Amino acid sequence: MAERQLLRGNEVIAEAAIRAGCQCYFAYPITPQAELLEHMARNMPRLGRTFIQAESEVAAINMVYGAASAGVRTMTSSSSPGISLKMEGISYIAGSNLPAVIVNVVRGGPGLGNIAPSQCDYFQATKGGGHGDYHMIVLAPSTVPEAAVLTTLAFDLADLYRTPVMILADGLLGQMLEPVELPDPIDPASLPRKPWATTGAVGRDPNIILSFDLGPENLKRMNETLQTKYREIRAREIRYEETDVADADLVIAAYGSTARIAKSAVRMARAEGLKVGLFRPITVWPFPYDALRAVADHVSTVLTVEMSAGQMWEDVRLAVAERAATPFYGEMGGVVPTPRNILDEVRKHAR
Amino acid sequence: MPVDVARMTKVFERPKSLTEARYTYCPGCHHGIITRIIGQTIDELGIAERTVGIAPVGCSVFAYLWYRCDAVQVAHGRASAVATGLKRAKPELIVFSYQGDGDFASIGTAESLHAANRGENITVIFVNNQIYGMTGGEMAPTTLVHQKTTTTPDGRDPATCGYPIRFSEIIATLDAPVYVTRQALYDTRRIQDCTRAVKKAFQNQVDGKGYSLVEILSTCPTNWRMSPTKANEHVANVVTQVFPLGDLVDRG
Amino acid sequence: MERSVIIAGFGGQGVLLAGKILAQAGMDHGLEVTWLPSYGPEMRGGTANCTVVLSDAPVGSPIVDEPDAVIVLNRPSLDKFEAAVAKGGTIIVNASLIDREVERKDVVAHYVPINDIALKLGDARVVNMVALGAYLRATNTVPLDAVKQAMARALEDSGKGKFVPMNDKALDGGYRAVS
Repeated sequence: MAERQLLRGNEVIAEAAIRAGCQCYFAYPITPQAELLEHMARNMPRLGRTFIQAESEVAAINMVYGAASAGVRTMTSSSSPGISLKMEGISYIAGSNLPAVIVNVVRGGPGLGNIAPSQCDYFQATKGGGHGDYHMIVLAPSTVPEAAVLTTLAFDLADLYRTPVMILADGLLGQMLEPVELPDPIDPASLPRKPWATTGAVGRDPNIILSFDLGPENLKRMNETLQTKYREIRAREIRYEETDVADADLVIAAYGSTARIAKSAVRMARAEGLKVGLFRPITVWPFPYDALRAVADHVSTVLTVEMSAGQMWEDVRLAVAERAATPFYGEMGGVVPTPRNILDEVRKHAR
Repeated sequence: MPVDVARMTKVFERPKSLTEARYTYCPGCHHGIITRIIGQTIDELGIAERTVGIAPVGCSVFAYLWYRCDAVQVAHGRASAVATGLKRAKPELIVFSYQGDGDFASIGTAESLHAANRGENITVIFVNNQIYGMTGGEMAPTTLVHQKTTTTPDGRDPATCGYPIRFSEIIATLDAPVYVTRQALYDTRRIQDCTRAVKKAFQNQVDGKGYSLVEILSTCPTNWRMSPTKANEHVANVVTQVFPLGDLVDRG
Repeated sequence: MERSVIIAGFGGQGVLLAGKILAQAGMDHGLEVTWLPSYGPEMRGGTANCTVVLSDAPVGSPIVDEPDAVIVLNRPSLDKFEAAVAKGGTIIVNASLIDREVERKDVVAHYVPINDIALKLGDARVVNMVALGAYLRATNTVPLDAVKQAMARALEDSGKGKFVPMNDKALDGGYRAVS
């Protein structure tokens, strides 16, 4: 078994990326994810890999586009305002069917907002953000050890589906320390070949990476190919966790840091004799609609808790489809709900 | 009298690195000449199997169609950043970006400048025709003072639009670039000079020397509303007064 | 069993490091732990605090409504966290800098002249270890030896190994100051 180390969330994502065979990393400094960038700056060059502190977030995501075209595992990371700048590049990466990993350590918004933990970028991550009919796979870790696991998974899914994958964390997860067993390093040379990559047209026709076709019928076909891929991802890659759901009358729906705080609230509620459970989407895109709907069939209430004005709440209501009550409790601006705050909300709605 | 083909020497042909695809450029536009010069250079250096071209947004958006090598089509202005990522990922590749004036010197200002400042070992072909050709003839960062465009209908007024940017001169102030030059194509001598410059810019990359930039003064007869001949004369007599030809940096 | 502590003071008093060492010692001792800092734009001079949770089961929330203990190294920290401590909980008060008593009667307060002890040892920078030693004696959360080992490793890993003996004495000094 790997050694248990006490590590910061940001550093764990960085180190897990290195161990997943990330060969090129490009980013621009921003709080609260600077430790991620700094870990890469310390470690990528000594491994003979590429680290560039880019001139901007826009440049960083386009460097990712270039490195992904060349067929290597590549990543960028940032926090909310910087992720907004990356949206153009993410759209191109999705449209060109390139694998890449993007980390968003979300902070308070909109605008400059602040540097405190938030989940206010859910819409941007799961519904688009950039232009066009595209999706990213969006993985939302709830603990530092899970951040390591999902970082590894992000690279695998990106390659498997040739798609951008986002790790949607937040300032709390990025800054906290927790014991973690890091995964074993992968030798990048052992990864499957990418015959579509632009590595030089030796003994084959040229490979062209593009997201462009002036002919509407052709572009429609390219879009249909994307949508087919998204259907496959929806069919195979939905992940979620249920805690104390079986006998529950009220289930909290929460993801990421908020879900682990809610877990403490569930324990407190259970200690009071309230039948409360937790439903935690791990993939927020694709969202586990069917699984949550099945839960809604045997509870009276699905209480959404988020550090936003109610962004995931929309997906929860789509899933529940009026099978249960769907109250909402959210905090904004970097205010983090405490277990007691959530328990108070639970008491309002629990029978 | 019958011609004995077997005894003739072929002195001019389509470069092997160019495909059979027909150009989408307007008559008299210089993009076609530049494309040919690049194809010929790739042939002469024997690098087609390891070259990756980067196609921009603009009239040359289809650049990936002309070359018989791998290519990536990228967002407007970001070609130098994408080239950076590609080259760093696979340093054995020969990476060139092909960028217009709006792409390179306006929306891509930061990416262009910083790739040059890092001395990325890439080759940049910067096509300066002082206008946005594809979108309908709007003002470019390089549009001349008083030049009429669809967004400066009374001519570019420096009081509100500033002056034409000499971007190659800006890049020439940096310490890292090994070769920065401005070339033109308005007569055969300039075409030969430009061909030598492009070859040098690729050779520098093959030799691992670093960043090379060839700015090429190009024409847009359609949006300039001139005949191709007049357009060539305009470059020779007017444009070169603002954008003088010659090497700005040669540390090769 | 789950124990939580907030360590608070001025930036530069080493409260974040004290929390990390406690969390590391807890992990080494076989516990599940989380360490969560307050973070802000000020690198030095502002106020700082961190929350450490130690548990024999996986930790849910790293944010705590009612910590079992708080260690307050300055007056603003006492003012901020006194009300939050759980009933029957512990407050370690830096009596060298804090000129008031704890008002609550339902908590156990230990008044430790933390700066004076550190200065007597010869280095004001070890106030964080004096404070941590006092906390360990008052709460028995983690054995003193586990914390000493974690401290030694933390300092050695950051190239400050020569400060280990001084910090060792500081932990002892704080530990002995609580009866």
